[in-house]
Amino acid sequence: MSCDCCGKKEKALEKLMKLEPKKTTELVAFIDSLPLGNDIDANRGCLIETLHRAQTIFGYLPAEVQQLVSERLKITRSEIYGVISFYSYFTDKPIGRHKINVCCGTACFVKGATRIVDEFKSKLGIKEGETTPDKKFFLGVLRCVGACSLAPVVMVDDHVYGKVTPEMVSTILADYQD
Amino acid sequence: MTMVNLKINDMPVSVPEGTTILDAARTLGIKIPTLCHIKMDCLGVEHKAGSCRICVVEIANRPNLAPSCCTPVAEGMVVKTNSLRAISARRTVLGLLLSNHPKDCLICAMNQQCELQSLAHEFDMHEIKYQGAQTEFPIDISSGAIRRDLNKCVMCRRCETACNVVQTVGVLSGINRGFEATVGPEELKPLLETSCTFCGQCVLACPVGALTEIGYKDDVWREINDPTKHVVVQTAPSVRVALGEEFDMPAGSITTGKMVAALRRLGFAKVFDTDFSADLTIMEEGTELINRIKTGKNLPILTSCCPGWVNFFEHQFPELMHMPSTAKSPQQMFGSIAKSYYAEKVGVKPKDLIVVSIMPCLAKKYEAARPEFAPDGVRDVDYVLSTRELAAMIKEAGVMFSALKDEEYDNPLGESTGAGVIFGASGGVLEAALRTANDILSGKDIKDIDFVAIRGLEGIKEATVQVGGMDLQVAVCSGLGNARKLLTKIRNGEAKYHAIEIMACPGGCINGGGQPYTGSNLKTLEERKNAIYQVDKNLPIRKSHQNPSIIKLYNDYLGEPGSQLAHKLLHTHYFAR
Repeated sequence: MSCDCCGKKEKALEKLMKLEPKKTTELVAFIDSLPLGNDIDANRGCLIETLHRAQTIFGYLPAEVQQLVSERLKITRSEIYGVISFYSYFTDKPIGRHKINVCCGTACFVKGATRIVDEFKSKLGIKEGETTPDKKFFLGVLRCVGACSLAPVVMVDDHVYGKVTPEMVSTILADYQD
Repeated sequence: MTMVNLKINDMPVSVPEGTTILDAARTLGIKIPTLCHIKMDCLGVEHKAGSCRICVVEIANRPNLAPSCCTPVAEGMVVKTNSLRAISARRTVLGLLLSNHPKDCLICAMNQQCELQSLAHEFDMHEIKYQGAQTEFPIDISSGAIRRDLNKCVMCRRCETACNVVQTVGVLSGINRGFEATVGPEELKPLLETSCTFCGQCVLACPVGALTEIGYKDDVWREINDPTKHVVVQTAPSVRVALGEEFDMPAGSITTGKMVAALRRLGFAKVFDTDFSADLTIMEEGTELINRIKTGKNLPILTSCCPGWVNFFEHQFPELMHMPSTAKSPQQMFGSIAKSYYAEKVGVKPKDLIVVSIMPCLAKKYEAARPEFAPDGVRDVDYVLSTRELAAMIKEAGVMFSALKDEEYDNPLGESTGAGVIFGASGGVLEAALRTANDILSGKDIKDIDFVAIRGLEGIKEATVQVGGMDLQVAVCSGLGNARKLLTKIRNGEAKYHAIEIMACPGGCINGGGQPYTGSNLKTLEERKNAIYQVDKNLPIRKSHQNPSIIKLYNDYLGEPGSQLAHKLLHTHYFAR
């Protein structure tokens, strides 16, 4: 299939289909369900939700996925990267199976969130924004999850841990033995 | 037209609805300083990102200051452009910009042409108020054409407008966040790894030294001073009508004779003309045009002289790659003839013959470095200097340009016609081809040779022209955004043409990325264009096939246009990228 706007073969699609056929089919099906057209401004309205879905499916947004989204939505690759690199939620690096996010919003910060971050860093041997070599844990920080009464707060995947102390860090990690 | 009444600095003014405060103030003779804002008249767009905040003004009953470049006037508005609050806000903004900007103005390529430097001067800034962190982006020189130093970027995003809106190349975008925010391609890739065409419109748009050209002046000085080398130079058509601006001559000054004299003073062994090889291009491309018209196959023919345009279709329209003429550009034709025909004639080995080009263009730097243009590893064109670099060399050598007496080009590669020189303006290549095709198809020496319908600075020009008793549908397109429009129509089968000329830069080479900076002044561009046609008018021979040196080149060496040798030396092929 070739792209309407530039006539280029969809190389990204071919490549992705070889690497990840199931995930790619799922993403393409989602994109096909969107009300896309030749109006790039209108397509822009679908960009965030497409990237959101793509990251849910692939776990991260590798270059080929960005390229596929670029071709289908007729938005340049540079602009898509601009969006990905703007929102801390999106990542173009593979991330661990479990996402640890330490809240560093005002309340958590005041309650000593940086000490929690440091403890995770030393226990896992990685920095913020990185994934452990065994791909098990990703360590990130975010600003406020809306649970300030439980500060400091740590989220691992969808689970919220409240009133976290540096001593609790090893117990939290022990919850994820897969 | 609805008029809006307001007061700026206590002076009443009435302006059409939709006018910005900035423009309204200008009608009163009030200059509000700007940095990111620019009316890119030569590109037909106004850039008002409102990102720098230098132009903020105070508006009564509005709590925050407003960016005047993108705030429209309103009825009864009361504006103060020079209140203490507005002025100190501007100074703070400028102070913050300077905080994270290298202070190497003395050795910056944009020294004395930098808009940030001028602002600092106008604002009378004498200290760096905020000492803080400095960004550390690597400098990109991967392309050999455009130098990117994002540590100097002020996030005005003019380059984005030039690249995305005007040229529709779409390589640049605002990326990252906070202190790391900048403008660039995805992952901040080196430009060579992107679909950049190196047209250089971003370089013309950049107010600071973030996007500049990669220079080869020092290499050229070294070659000129190497006694084992025979160094020749070729000058592109549009350089002669723009070079004078660098020496305070009025826009549109025709400086051909002075330029030739200056090049001799710099020490070039021979001063030749790209107009000669432009004539040669017409012989080859014109023959191809005639063949395609006669057989009715593979129409339209697209011109292939512009390297920015070649890069564009290789990246963006690979499925139309059979359409452009296979003729090399005049720069490359010159190089291959110099290193074969001329080298044999003067008995110099190709590796000891150094070909330097003076071009209005940055993509020409990339073109000359393409591997297919270096047979046996010896480049056909060794170095490409821009119009600006030539001016810098002349100044460095202490040559008083405006006092020079006119001199003539050397022969044989310096003889040219009016058809060659008009390559420098949009429409010229096609007009030159039509002049020759008309004569060849009709077998006459036709006197009426001015195809005025395809002249001018409009982005897309279409015409039906009478050539050899036939009606030909032709189009001329300048600016890659316009090229995209036209090519999309062709691909969808919505337009039928016989021949199309395409130039990457709006208006053609006179507005090339290597030309003197004009601040996108349309008047200057008009003057350059008029000068090109004036040079054409002044020349005794105005058709490529009547150039005596071209006739001799075919008789003595190449045989006829499209011959086997001509194909080897003067034609090329393209690569889908």
